[in-house]
Amino acid sequence: MSTQELTYAFVGLSFALYIGIAIWSRAKSTSDFYVAGKGVNPIANGMATAADWMSAASFISMAGLIAFMGKDGSVYLMGWTGGYVLLALLLAPYLRKFGQFTVPDFIGTRYYSKAARLVAVLCLIFISFTYVAGQMRGVGIVFSRFLEVDINQGVAIGMIIVFFYAVLGGMKGITYTQVAQYCVLIFAYLVPAIFISILITGNPIPQLGFGDTIINSSTYLLDKLDQVTEELGFLPYTESLKSKIDIFCITAALMFGTAGLPHVIVRFFTVPKVSDARKSAGYALIFIALLYTTAPAVGAFARVNFIDSVQDTQYTNAPSWFKNWESIGLISWNDKNSDGIIRYEAGNAFVDGRPKFIEGYGPYGERMTSNIPDLSNNNEVYIDRDIMVLANPEIANLPGWVIALVAAGGLAAALSTAAGLLLVISAAISHDLMRKTFRPDITDKQELLYARLAAGLAIVIAGLFGIYPPGFVAQVVAFAFGLASATIFPALFLGIFSKTINKEGAISGMLVGLTFTFSYIAYYKFINPSMNHEENWLFAISPEGIGFIGMLFNFFTAIIVSRFYPPPPFEVKDMVETIRQP
Amino acid sequence: MRILISLLIIWFTASFGFGILWSDELDQIQIRGFKLGFWFAQQGSIYIFVLLIFIYVFLMNRLDRKYQKDISNKQDIK
Repeated sequence: MSTQELTYAFVGLSFALYIGIAIWSRAKSTSDFYVAGKGVNPIANGMATAADWMSAASFISMAGLIAFMGKDGSVYLMGWTGGYVLLALLLAPYLRKFGQFTVPDFIGTRYYSKAARLVAVLCLIFISFTYVAGQMRGVGIVFSRFLEVDINQGVAIGMIIVFFYAVLGGMKGITYTQVAQYCVLIFAYLVPAIFISILITGNPIPQLGFGDTIINSSTYLLDKLDQVTEELGFLPYTESLKSKIDIFCITAALMFGTAGLPHVIVRFFTVPKVSDARKSAGYALIFIALLYTTAPAVGAFARVNFIDSVQDTQYTNAPSWFKNWESIGLISWNDKNSDGIIRYEAGNAFVDGRPKFIEGYGPYGERMTSNIPDLSNNNEVYIDRDIMVLANPEIANLPGWVIALVAAGGLAAALSTAAGLLLVISAAISHDLMRKTFRPDITDKQELLYARLAAGLAIVIAGLFGIYPPGFVAQVVAFAFGLASATIFPALFLGIFSKTINKEGAISGMLVGLTFTFSYIAYYKFINPSMNHEENWLFAISPEGIGFIGMLFNFFTAIIVSRFYPPPPFEVKDMVETIRQP
Repeated sequence: MRILISLLIIWFTASFGFGILWSDELDQIQIRGFKLGFWFAQQGSIYIFVLLIFIYVFLMNRLDRKYQKDISNKQDIK
């Protein structure tokens, strides 16, 4: 079978599996729909949390980012795992003890106010939609590259699948499909990594392999990579470019953001006991760590292989993956010195960013662009970082079924996260807006109907994001994490560990965090991107890291404002007391 | 509470400390192919995170049991 037939088979089989599970585990009540009847085993919940959490960004983009950022890529590794420590220690068990369905539930009850609940719902919907947009782009990339269907059709197929099991199965369906999706995605991630590790270093464990020597030589892989990257004018691979304070803040924003992401928190509401919530956070992190400790190895291998197979190659002899990705527009080659040889070095290929392709081909058969070449350096290659993991098995010449597996894994990662997010959005609308705010008189059955309608609507909107992607998906992710750390995390943390924070404090804190972070990111990313340089930043912190400062402002405001208003009522103090008892 | 604070101190030292603030100093030390600061930033911190959560689970479960025993002892006295 050809690679493409294999890909169809793998993707088709995995989809059939997800749908089968969805039918088997249909939701019958609102409790089933929101929190899977609170009866999920902690190990299964750990796997589901891992699949929920590891999105297209983790599976597809992260290793690529690390490959090109070197040590600076560590912010993602530490930020996206360290948040689980905070979650397990500070939030998950307490929120489970509180025992409701959604995150705004807690905020609304703890701060005894509908306004607080509404602010939380607003933050939550914004965070979730920005996140879903990224997943849909991932689905689109995989479909267009491997199945050669139109991106729009690909997104539509993805939507139908998610619609089917999220609307039908609710949290229960999603949880068990996510367990299956985790197995698919981790297998798909580890197999090529192990293959490549053996090919390059002879060591079957990628985590150790990338600290090993290259096969048939006595040079360490990372030393060679440092040397090669330096020769090509990049910073050595294991050194960092960003300032310490910036790395510190980005890591912190990602960590606190992770702990404040509603679709992750809500997973801990599904286990039977408080002690299970702690345990399942631990399992989740193990399952996540499996991929996250492999990613830096994959990144290093990919960089080595990429440089080896592209640098100084005649374009006409370039490997087929290079041309395949060029044909869907994620690689571009601009022959600056017209010698027909690909030169890959530090610096931008184009002055104006992404390639803008035009009709026609150059003298060597390359696709033509209308960009202005950047003549201050000799680099001739534009490469989209998102393709590294997907292209990696092809670059390393692995067999067709491995490539097919990676395609199925990428889809599993994107779909599982999209489903989890859609559920959070639908619960926020049906439970927090309809039942608890506007229409308190509806029955359980009606609420379930609203939840399904909201999930359906959310899927359509998310699909539209995938078909008409906002051109700034990568930047928007900074938004999601920044906002989660600046709004939801402090509100939850203070709600659990302080008895004196009142509703005025919490609401003003969330609003200050929201406005500050929102305007800082919006200013540098969308309104005035040309100003986005270190010398213009506040305290030299980039928009990616500003959520951390927003969080500090939130804490500060909440504590100060609370002093000027009456303390929370007695029942609330009582409630805080109870959830803090183990 | 004391458990929480000490675990969080380890969390901070491993990630922000070894991985970021002192990572250049640790990079002077090389173990096999890894510079130590780089290793902490890309591998070590994650392993420590996993350990921390399980230590926490273990300690809290022990605390839970002790706490439950206290309650049942009190009930016996009554």
